[in-house]
Order: sequence, then C-alpha cells, then structure tokens
Amino acid sequence: MAHFSTPDAPRFSVEVYQNEYLPEGGREVNAIITVTSAGGGATAGPPIPAPGAYEEDPGAYDGVSGRGGASGRGGASGRGSASPRAAVVIMVDCSGSMDYPPTKMRHARDATAAAIDTVRDGVAFSVVAGTHKAVEIFPGNGRLAIADPLTRAQAKEALRSLSPGGGTAIGTWLLQADLLLGSADAAIRHGILLTDGRNEHEEPERLRAVLDACAGRFTCDARGVGTDWEVEEVTGIAAALLGTADIVADPAGLAADFTRMMETAMGKEVADVSLRLWTPKGAEVAYVKQVAPTVEDLTARRVEAGPRAGDYPTGSWGDESRDYHLCVRVPAAEVGQEMLAARISLVQPPPDGVGSPPSPLAQGLVRAVWTNDLAVSTAMNPQVAHYTGQAELAQAIKQGMNARKSGDTEQATAKLGRAVQLAAASGNEDTAKLLAKVVDVLDVAAGTVRLKAKVAEADEMTLETRSTKTVRVKK
Amino acid sequence: MSQMPQPPQLSACPTCAEPPQAGDRYCDQCGADLTVAAALAAEAALAAEAIGDRREAPGGLPDAHGDLPDAYGDLPETYGDPPVPPRVNGAARSTHPDPEPDDYELAAPASGGYGQVVDPRAAAALGAPGPPGAPDGSGMHPGTHASTHTSAASSTGSGTGADPRLPGGEHRPRCAACQEGTIDQDGYCERCGHAQARERDHMESELEGVAAATDRGLRHHRNEDAFSVSTAALPDGTPVTVAVVCDGVSSATRPDDASAAAAHAASQTLRATLPRGAHPQQAMNEAIIAAADAVNSLALDTGAAAPHHEGQRHQNAPACTIVSAIVTSDILTIGWVGDSRAYWVPDDRTAPPARLTEDDSWAAQMVAAGLMSEAEAYADERAHAITGWLGADAYELEPHTASYKPDRPGVVVVCTDGLWNYAESAEQMARAVPPDARSRPLNSAQVLVGHALDGGGHDNVTVAVVPFPAAPGRAGSA
Repeated sequence: MAHFSTPDAPRFSVEVYQNEYLPEGGREVNAIITVTSAGGGATAGPPIPAPGAYEEDPGAYDGVSGRGGASGRGGASGRGSASPRAAVVIMVDCSGSMDYPPTKMRHARDATAAAIDTVRDGVAFSVVAGTHKAVEIFPGNGRLAIADPLTRAQAKEALRSLSPGGGTAIGTWLLQADLLLGSADAAIRHGILLTDGRNEHEEPERLRAVLDACAGRFTCDARGVGTDWEVEEVTGIAAALLGTADIVADPAGLAADFTRMMETAMGKEVADVSLRLWTPKGAEVAYVKQVAPTVEDLTARRVEAGPRAGDYPTGSWGDESRDYHLCVRVPAAEVGQEMLAARISLVQPPPDGVGSPPSPLAQGLVRAVWTNDLAVSTAMNPQVAHYTGQAELAQAIKQGMNARKSGDTEQATAKLGRAVQLAAASGNEDTAKLLAKVVDVLDVAAGTVRLKAKVAEADEMTLETRSTKTVRVKK
Repeated sequence: MSQMPQPPQLSACPTCAEPPQAGDRYCDQCGADLTVAAALAAEAALAAEAIGDRREAPGGLPDAHGDLPDAYGDLPETYGDPPVPPRVNGAARSTHPDPEPDDYELAAPASGGYGQVVDPRAAAALGAPGPPGAPDGSGMHPGTHASTHTSAASSTGSGTGADPRLPGGEHRPRCAACQEGTIDQDGYCERCGHAQARERDHMESELEGVAAATDRGLRHHRNEDAFSVSTAALPDGTPVTVAVVCDGVSSATRPDDASAAAAHAASQTLRATLPRGAHPQQAMNEAIIAAADAVNSLALDTGAAAPHHEGQRHQNAPACTIVSAIVTSDILTIGWVGDSRAYWVPDDRTAPPARLTEDDSWAAQMVAAGLMSEAEAYADERAHAITGWLGADAYELEPHTASYKPDRPGVVVVCTDGLWNYAESAEQMARAVPPDARSRPLNSAQVLVGHALDGGGHDNVTVAVVPFPAAPGRAGSA
C-alpha cells in the first residue's frame, strides 16, 4: 500500500530471505533480497486520473504502456508533449568485417528494421552506424525522431545506407548515443549495441573511460554476432551500463533477438532506480551482488548516500523481479540481542535532479539475532545457499574456461567439473546443456568430466557469455 | 486498494501527532504502530455500531460531526473510494453490520488543526497521552464508551502491546545500547542497529478479580503473544470477568500484530455484548469471529501491496491462536481456536483439576484418532503444528466453545503453549499454581510465567488467572 499518489506507476516490493540467527560471536549476515516491480498500467482497478496530471507529468502516463486499462493514454501523444517518456538508440556495427559473409550485414539490417518496428509510438529513437567513428543514419540531425508510422518507415528506408567498411571503435558509438539520448530529456534512456568484432581501433582504456562516463546516463544491451568478437568486451559493456549481454552466433537469429530486446526496453517504466543500503555503525559490507536473473557484482559501484548508507545502481525496471545477495559483517552482540544488520530500500532520484531526498519505493529489513541454540544458528537459508551455489557456478565456468584457454587441462577439468555438478544440483539446465558442449560428463553428481577435444567456437563463446545466468530456487 | 480499510483513516499519529506518509506502518517520528491504531479505530467504530451508539457522543467530545475536512483532507488524492470496512471472507459470518462511512465521523477530533489526532479513541485505546489541545482522551476510551449504556463498572486492561508510551516528536528517545543514535520507525537504533526493548517484551495487567502477565521468554527475540483482561457487569448487576490470550503464528508475517488485533477485538466484542445480556457461549462465538475478522483485515495491507511468487501467495497472511474465558458468579465459558489452553484449578487441591480445551493441533488429532498415545504424539516434532487458527489463510473457522458450572471456588488458568509446555497435564498445572491464586491472581500469573522461564523459556509465555466465581472482591454483592 505504499503509493496512493502514483496509481499508474509500477509498485515495488522487497522480500528478504535470511537466517537471522547468529551463533555467539557470529558477525556475518547473509540475505537474499527479492525485488519485484509490478503493476504499471495494468494494476487492479482503473487508475484514478488526477486532472492535469497528464500535462504536468507526461513521464508517468505517456505513450509506452499499451497494456491493460492504459490504452487510452497511449498513442502518439508523446509527440505533442514536452518530452518523450523513453528514448532508444540502436548502434549497428558497420565495420568491414560485417561483409564476411555478406549475409551478416543483411541480417543486421533486417534486425534493426525489426527493432524499429517494435518501437512504440511516441518513443524517441535514432540509428547510429558504428565503425571507427559513429555516423547517425537516422534521423541524422543530431537529435532523436519521435516514433510514429511515418518516422518508422523513414528510418527503415535509411537503413539502406548501412554498408560495411571501416574499423571498430565502440567508445565513439557510445559517446554518440549518449549525446543523442541526452538531447531527449526522457526518463528511460536505453541503447542497443551490435558488434561482430573486437574493439580494435581504440585503446581498451578509452572504452573503459567512455563506459565510466556513460554509466548511470543510459542503460545498454550489447550483442555479439558471429564468433569474432571478444566476450569480455561485450559483457563488460552490458555490465557497466546495466543491460544484458548475449551471443547471436547465427546472424539469422538477429531479428528475433532485436525484437525481444526492444520489447523489453519498451516495457521499462521506471529508470535510475538504486538499491540503498543502510548498515549500522561498525558494520562492513562484504558484498552486494545481483544474483538473478544474472550474477552481477555491484559492490564496487557504491555511491555514498548519507550516514552509513550507500546506493547501488540497478538501472531501469519494467514488470520484473530480481534477486540480490547481501553479505554484511556487523559487530557481534550478546546472545539474546537483536540488531538491524541492514535496511534495504529502493530509491529514485528526485524528479528535478536535486532537492528533497527520494522517498523509498519499497524497503526490507535484514536482521541479526544472537542465540546459543546451535540448531538454529547453523541452519543455512535455502535461498542464500542456492545463490551462493549459483555465484560459484559462474565463477567456476569463468576460471575453467580461462584455464582451458591457457592449456591448464587439470585446472580446467576440475573447475568445469565443479560447474557441471553445481548446475545439475541447482537445476540450472540451460547452463548444464552449454557445459555439455564443452566437456564430456562422466558423473554428474561427482562432477567428473573430460574436456572435449574439439569444441565449436560458438559453443565456447556461448558458455562464456551466459555463464552468469542463474535460475531461481526450485519450488 | 479499495479493500484496504484502515490506513487511510489516520491522518496523524495517535501518539505524537506527526502526519504519516501513505502506507506507513509505523510513525516516522515516534515509531508508534499506526496499523494497530487504525485497527483500533475501526474496531472502536464497530463496537460503537454494535451497541447502537452511533450518534451519542460521550461527554467531552465536542461536535463529532462537524469536522470532516480534517479526517479526510489530508488523504492522498487517490482516496476516492469511501472507506470500506473489514470484510475478508468474514463478510458472510460477521454479526456486525458494515459501518457506514459516517461511522468514522465519531472519530473526528474537536480541534481539527494540522497534526492533530484524528481518532481520539485510537489514542485513548493506545493508552497514549492525548495531544495538547485535544479533548481528554479518557472520556473516549472504547471500554468506557461502550459502558456508558451498560455498566459504569466496566474496566479493561490489555497486553496487546498497543501502548507504546513513546515520547513526542522533539524528544526522540536515544538508543539503550550506544546511548547516541535515535530510534527508527522499526524500533532499531539508527546508528548501531540494536533493537530496542519493546513494550511487549514483558507486560502485566491486574483488574479487580483478574490478572494476566506475558513475557518474551528466553529464546525468542520478540513477544508474539498478547492478552486482554476486562471486567463488566451483566444486566442483573452481577460481575463478569473476561480474559483473552492469543499466540501469534511465527511462520506467518506480523504474528505480533495478529495476536494484538485478535485479543483486542475479542475483548471489545465481549465487553459490548455481555452487558446487554448475550448468552455467554453465543457471545464467545461472536467474539472469536470478530477476532478472526480483525486478523483477516491485517492480511489486506500486506496482501495488497506485495505481489507474491506463485506458490507463496498465502504464506504471509498473519495468523494467531485464541483462547478466552468468561467467568460469572456461577458459570465459566471457554472459547478457543488453536493450541492455547484453559485449565480449571480448584482451591481445594484434593479435588481434581481439569483441562478445559482440546488443542487444534497435530498431536491432539493423532491422539483423538487413536493413532498415537498422548506421550508419543507430544514427543513428535510435529506435535505443535496447529490445525486451526485465526487468519486470512485459515480454511474454515471453527470456534470451539464450552461452558462449565464448577461446584466449588477455584481459578481458570488461560495460557499459551509457552506456559503449558512446562505444565502439560492438569495436575502439573495445578501444582504450578500457588495456593492463594484466587485472592492474588497477579502474583499467580507472575509465578506461572516464572515457572515457564525456569523451565527454559523456549517460547513466549502468556497467562491470565481468572478467579471463580467472578470478582471475589465484590463477592458480597453477587
């Protein structure tokens, strides 16, 4: 019942799973935080329209939500209002390698067209061709176009000019996207980036610097097409910009993937949400990780937010649910004592950038209770145990694949064997299938495997790219 | 959200008058539990309705009808629907007519300035001091309110924890552990995180002819039990004593709120119906249904706000047990749902004591079905799994009631399993009860709590000691 005043915005809820009992002298508190945003235009009952709210706050009501009872507010109204609700820039790799095979460029063009078709009316969008520099393909005036049937058709027409030739400098593409998205003054700002090769024409430090500059300014999904790109580069872009990363080994699959990505982007309703963590005096935050749908360590991304509190960015949210694993070390207290080990809240920046502190969208409490009953203090919360395993799974795959590349067969076999064991035990079937393309599984339960002599490059890269995907606790 | 009856009704904290944010559970300023206050307000409205007292404001309550703007003006603008009374699956069986929106007029305060208490009855029921300038809260106490028509002798005491006694806004309390931090809305230090001692950790209450005590115990970090004791007069002027004891179900959310709401609602109902001459067993049945409704309505605020994953949709509905005793000059009536119990312990210890309740529990079902001996059943780790409770996910509410006509004086011990785990049989319980229990009920309640703590205090302990016949202090008039 948190939000009477914004009936149309999604509602956030926070659930905490933990064993709050610590043994005498115990300090480490683990908890899984499930954050769910639901509602948006489709919540129970018709929203009560506040007269004038539409004009004053187009961001909350405009354009994008075509679902449920909200259709009346959709449509092309974004065009008339001061600023669009969402803005998207599609960055398509047009380097020379996109011509080998020639179908790759054609598929990229088709995929971009499919994505454009998915852009909802009223959303601002643009297409950038990326080589060693960034070239605006559409609309081309340094600004974004507002989607409607006409602009979509014009954009698709403009895709004809996408042709391979030149190098790859992804940092320049992202800077161009940032410039374009910044001009739109939209709440939801998102990029979709497609590359087929390595970031050869700029220093890695340059890309890192650009990512640091863009972090928090827009979110971005990254896709590698074919097998000539660098997994770490693509996943690094998605991680820094709070988007998803994936491989599209077969260019023919691009259109479907682009459509899905754009649909997800169109479903985002709240941007710039942070996880705010309060911990008591003397406590240390061991780590804060997103653990579902993928493992993403957020620990280093803390931004201080007042006494004993810090914010961790989570990007934008549609109808979705994510899990976070929090590990805090608190000062030990006596048996029988209870302490608040952490207060988790979901916060948004104030609408005008500065001013009053944001009011939490939802919050949850992580507690510590000291007991001398060993039976309760030694029990591990099933959620915590599950995600500890999922994080180890991702780590084992990464270490195993690195060892394999460097020729350390023993280490690779041990790590990938452990991964097979963990994937099976936790029911992570997708990851188990990917592993089975890299190793021969001899004994699942014991984690005994043999490295395959010959592994398709696409299978190897798929496993590496998707190693961080997790499953939720089996019910 | 239209199913949410309570939260919109409070536009100011009953304790410190801070206006709450929409959806707040605790006061931002002083930490008072707003949901309890709101529930009490609604209950008070229901009780007032039940005794046909909608129009007559008790002395000292100025113009209750003229001040609506305050009651409604501070609400968020989405508050377009009229307040809807609690009606979760209890609508059909509720014996109270649904209150009309203007029932809440009774709640409107006299001086309707910003930051005033909106429902003085809630404040009075909380035992909190009235805000400056507000009318004297005692005149609007729900108990007294109900009794203006019935009995001037009615009185009440409760261990529902709805009595924060927290200081006002400018004197925020400091942490008991680090002495520096202020206390947040959830009862933890904002600096060192230490949980503060809670009002409900240990509570006692004594009225003429009845007493109760509750304790957090030694293993649990909070007290999820609650009690309410009260006395009133029947239409013929003879005294009647009421005790209600509830035990929150720990595996559900907000078990402490559930037990508090149930104990309060049951007690409130009995205080309204008994003085009108209701048959005790019928009154007991109604009281348990009212308690169930009160617990059900708690589920609305958690349920509506949080979408749950498939499969855990119901696990969060608050729930509790209840056991209650009504004692008059010649009859004692027991009602219960769950595994909280009542025992009869005669003064003359050569006469046999008795257990007056049958648990709604796995162990009791096993024994009743002849599948296990009592010893085997209670040794099983599933023994305490209850099969009946008050709460929104209870399948079907089956209040048990029974009446007894003891042929000699004694006491009724009304308790949660935190006590009877250490005195399971009637004989064991009789041995634990001091010989002078009937004349010193509070002392007996304290002794019984001590008995449980000495035994290990593994659970919250709550016990009410009710002398029979009612009100020995006034025995001459009976």
